[in-house]
Amino acid sequence: MLEAVAARLASAAVVVLGVCTLVFLLIHLVPGDPVEAMLGEGARPADRVALRAALGLDRPLGEQYVDYLARLARFDLGVSFQERRPVAELLAERLPATLELAIAALALALVIAIPLGVLAAARHGGPLDGGATGLALLGIAIPNFWLGPLLILVFSLWLDWTPVSGRDGLASLILPAVTLGTGLAAVLTRMVRASVLEVLGEDYIRTARAKGLGPITVLWRHALRNAWLPVLTLIGLQLGGLLGGAVITETVFAWPGVGSLLIDAIHARDYPVVQACVLLISLAYLSVNALTDLVYTWVDPRIRLG
Amino acid sequence: MTPRWSVLLPALVVGLWALAALAAPWLPLAPDRIDLPRILAPPSPAAWLGCDDLGRPVLDRLLVGARTALLVGFGVVAVSALVGTLIGAVAGYVGGWVDLVLVRVIDVFLAFPGILLAIALAGILGPGLGNVVIALSVVGWVGYARLARAQILSLKQRDHVLAARALGAGPVRILARHLLPLALAPLIVEATFGVAGAVIAEAGLSFLGLGVQPPAASWGSMIRDGVGYMLVAPHLVLGPGLAILLVVLAINLLGDALRDRLDVRGARGAEPG
Repeated sequence: MLEAVAARLASAAVVVLGVCTLVFLLIHLVPGDPVEAMLGEGARPADRVALRAALGLDRPLGEQYVDYLARLARFDLGVSFQERRPVAELLAERLPATLELAIAALALALVIAIPLGVLAAARHGGPLDGGATGLALLGIAIPNFWLGPLLILVFSLWLDWTPVSGRDGLASLILPAVTLGTGLAAVLTRMVRASVLEVLGEDYIRTARAKGLGPITVLWRHALRNAWLPVLTLIGLQLGGLLGGAVITETVFAWPGVGSLLIDAIHARDYPVVQACVLLISLAYLSVNALTDLVYTWVDPRIRLG
Repeated sequence: MTPRWSVLLPALVVGLWALAALAAPWLPLAPDRIDLPRILAPPSPAAWLGCDDLGRPVLDRLLVGARTALLVGFGVVAVSALVGTLIGAVAGYVGGWVDLVLVRVIDVFLAFPGILLAIALAGILGPGLGNVVIALSVVGWVGYARLARAQILSLKQRDHVLAARALGAGPVRILARHLLPLALAPLIVEATFGVAGAVIAEAGLSFLGLGVQPPAASWGSMIRDGVGYMLVAPHLVLGPGLAILLVVLAINLLGDALRDRLDVRGARGAEPG
């Protein structure tokens, strides 16, 4: 058991190092000269030299890489050009908003998907199943950069129920959470339905029914508990889609999170901020997936980190 | 078997999309004609879907945007399926440290959630159709690689492969003639969903201003441009959004049908936009 955990930690460490390497290389993908791109053509040569030295771009690649990793180990993410402040400070400001949005969207997706998926499976083949399946298909296909503006049009502009954008109280969270959560809700509904359907075909369900248990007890106590496992893994994986989608959703609603910081930084060519945002979101995603693995072993005693 | 509507209807939508995209250069379209008196004009017989904030006809731009979506959708899938399958097949077949290294590389790429890495890459490489295809392919190959590797691993100990090896067939011949044809079904299903994913992703990048350059039309950039005029001219946002929705829905339905038909269990399936 301990050995397996150690092996998993080691492989996670390799992946984290790989992610850091890729993020480090991002700035070297800038076509031409990143310093030129950042300062524009009219910059004075002295400024260029200063920026190049500040970014470490005047040194050999290997040295830059080691230096980058060493600074990461100290949580030093560099300085933003635009804001002239440490990048870590900017991220710390923006992170709560993104967490709030992601958690709200996840909660919303679960609240919609679990009852809908279970009901669809229980009424397999009926009109309710058809409706749920159709809604799920629609939810997957609808892009959140379209759903968001439509929701703004209806609920903010026509009905005047919610703010158009920004982060100001609970009302402003509703539309972004719905926008971001819809896709996840759709995928999860499909997954819950498939998973419950599969479990309902098992022998122990027939036994439970045969011994006279009511349909709700069978569904809740016997089916759902086992149907949870594949759903749990999927939630961990789909959280990636959620975090990636948060970038677009935050832009639509001017939600002051890490995603909109990333887009602003891209447009301002503030590369240290771009790197830091990508790194932070990816590492958050990795951690959540590692956590899902652990929860999985806890929920299912048959699996002990094989 | 009678043809089912759940296949015919999506096939029709995809067919119309492809037709519009392929025929766009030969149609009498004026997607870039700026006509100031007709700024934000609602739909009319002269311009069926109205005009945008520069007086350009929305329908014309929608058709040209269909071309962008098709080019990127199929371009990205072609590149990433080819590269991914090749890498995954080599990893699965060769095994050993080659496999170990390639699996780690795949894991690293999978650690970037959803469209994030593509956003960063497209942002850093700069706007343009070519860079969009590059950015989305860099992210896209991983799924095919993982799938191809798993397939090859499960197939390479089969009797016919061992027989071919015993007869002296080289690794290239075994992969190309004896393994890949059997591994193709799930890859084809994955590629089908991949087209839908690439269409949404391209529109997403263009919506963020990281896709095609103006005045070129993309469904995503049309939504981006229209958002500011939603209250006075909702038709700017409705048209391109519906186009994306229909195309993605249709491709996903076809993918589902194909998956059932080919009896594939492993494929990942559609992802939300």
